[in-house]
Amino acid sequence: MKKILALMLALCMVFALCACGSSEPAAEDAAEAPAAEAPAEEAPAEEEAAPAEKVRIGMVTDVGGVNDQSFNQTSWEGLQALDPEVFEVNYLESKTDADYQTNINTFIDEGYDLIICVGYMLADATREAAEANPDQLFAIIDDSTIDLPNVACLMFAQEQASYLVGLVAGSVTESKIVGYVQGMVSDSMNLFGIGYITGVLEACPDAQVLQYNVNNFGDIAGGSTAAKDMITKGADVIYHAAGGSGIGVISACDEEGIWAIGVDTDQASLAPDHVLTSAMKRVDVASQDISKAVAEGNFTAGVHMYDLSNGGVDLAPTRDHIPAEVLETVEAAKTAIINGEKSVPTSVADCPAFTLAE
Amino acid sequence: MDNKKSVLAIISETRIIHILLSIILGFVVGAFFLLIMGLDVGAAYGRLITSVTSVKGISYVIVYSIPYIMTGLSVAFSFRTGIFNIGAEGQFVLGSMAAACVGILFGSLPSVILIPLCFIAAMLAGALWGAIVGILKNKWGINEVLSMIMFNWIAFYLSNFIAGIPAIHSDGTAEATKNISENASTLLSKELIADLGLCPTANWGILVALVMMLIAWLIIDKTTLGYRLKAVGANKSAAEYGGINVNRSILTALALSGAMAGLGGALQLMGMGSRISVFSSQEGYGFAGIVVALMGCSNPFGVFFAGIFYGALIYGGSKLNLVGAPTQLINVIVGTVVLFIAISVIFERLKYVQIKKKPKAAAVQSGKEGAEQ
Repeated sequence: MKKILALMLALCMVFALCACGSSEPAAEDAAEAPAAEAPAEEAPAEEEAAPAEKVRIGMVTDVGGVNDQSFNQTSWEGLQALDPEVFEVNYLESKTDADYQTNINTFIDEGYDLIICVGYMLADATREAAEANPDQLFAIIDDSTIDLPNVACLMFAQEQASYLVGLVAGSVTESKIVGYVQGMVSDSMNLFGIGYITGVLEACPDAQVLQYNVNNFGDIAGGSTAAKDMITKGADVIYHAAGGSGIGVISACDEEGIWAIGVDTDQASLAPDHVLTSAMKRVDVASQDISKAVAEGNFTAGVHMYDLSNGGVDLAPTRDHIPAEVLETVEAAKTAIINGEKSVPTSVADCPAFTLAE
Repeated sequence: MDNKKSVLAIISETRIIHILLSIILGFVVGAFFLLIMGLDVGAAYGRLITSVTSVKGISYVIVYSIPYIMTGLSVAFSFRTGIFNIGAEGQFVLGSMAAACVGILFGSLPSVILIPLCFIAAMLAGALWGAIVGILKNKWGINEVLSMIMFNWIAFYLSNFIAGIPAIHSDGTAEATKNISENASTLLSKELIADLGLCPTANWGILVALVMMLIAWLIIDKTTLGYRLKAVGANKSAAEYGGINVNRSILTALALSGAMAGLGGALQLMGMGSRISVFSSQEGYGFAGIVVALMGCSNPFGVFFAGIFYGALIYGGSKLNLVGAPTQLINVIVGTVVLFIAISVIFERLKYVQIKKKPKAAAVQSGKEGAEQ
């Protein structure tokens, strides 16, 4: 008897669950239906009307997630700043490597006009999806290896921004020892170091640059240890290109009271008193540009290079701690680069002081 | 003593109700949070349901649930034998890495040999990782929970280290291993996927998970080995008094539990990822296994369905952003479910005491009394 009673109760619960479940989408349909059927007055925001009127942009993050205080976040902020009358923007977060493909496919199935994949980690998944869906437009940030007619590669001249912060570091250092922490050794990451060291040595030819590779973008403790080690050795300015590990670098500089230089976004908020400036990559601008291009129907595949000349990279707006004369030097160097009078090296061979590459 | 069995039966049956109730409450609390945030509850839950009810959606759910079923089985197995395998995470990671190494280095072997080889490598790696903890416990009495949590990190960094070895590391720019050989893949054929309209990563790993579910059930409930393991779990001293080698039992239980988690890693790799990226944070399959084991009442069959349910939540939840709701809603729901399940265990204890006093009390009534207290 007890068993039967318990079983029946269990069944009731299952049905209750099913009932709860099915009533919800019905309610949703009911809510959406009138809006969709309403003869386009002032309720155009519903999904039904979207494909015809709005350009739908989907963004897939890498495993850092959308609140990574780095390029995923910047990119999403850029998309959110787009005109909501014209664009419908959404993002999907990837928790693991295996999610990239699923998330890209979700946007494809939903019929999004453009899928922006943030970060070179998504390169393989993007290439695969782009080959399988030649009519779907893609954009990928920080990867230039995909050569397909439906993929735009948004690249940043990170060496130029790094060169500018290098000039700043070389000018403000008093101990003539500066530090550099890198997240991982790869051709694209090395550009940060090459640009930075070139800048430092130009501003202060006899400076010593301490270099360290954390080999991880998410190791805050590792970044902190590296920075403290450099501080012990006398460094008074440290620049990092190490993603999440860099948060450790900045906090160590904050604790020890020396200057830190941030990367990718304006990282001054992490330690307002000790972040000198940041080498900004305007991922937001790039995401907006490509979205607008899709809206206007002039999407172009291939590599889109963002550098100083088009505002794709620059010093962060936070520059209060930088002496005025140093800023003048930086502005002069910037103009020289934009005018083509000066170029920043991009290969390890041109910057022998950079030692992380081997 | 005469009614002990019937009491256990009642408990095991009413647990299903508790778990379903917990799940419903989880959704209610989730809805509450959605309301606080001013979001449309119907749209969010509707999206959750519509995304898992198409053919493609169902295939995604199954694919997503495979690793959760496996780690769930692993943790459930350990629960039944009186150990708390919080180390399924590390065993999963290493199993996955072992399968990747075999799948990359011996990629030229035919599928018939390579796939079982990958499975075996993964199970051995997982079993070894579990057994080391068992040895530490037996030899020096180190608490297995502590050492497992640390072993998770050792596995994490070991995996990153192996991924960086030139023979394993990707030739391209990706911070990951090479892709495993096509021969080691458990994916269904492209034609079949296209014909049935399945998701691109549809694979037959779920069959292995089904078989492992049966094996876990057989071992726990139908063999002397299982009886011994359970006896040690229930009361170590009594088991030892009864002539059971306690140390060996703990070692066996941990190794078997680890083997299941390791195999889960292999299934995930061979069906979904085909490569392992350099981790920047733990992926959490092992920890999710604890939730799945709890939801499945540590019963292999229950775990299977709980794994599917969890997979559906994770897959459906990943799309919540599309209707403006945060993906973290899933964490709220899962957290609440676990909380209520944990609370329900307390109610069961209370009820157990009551039923012992009044054997005639009906299960439902005592449930109500429990709730009123």
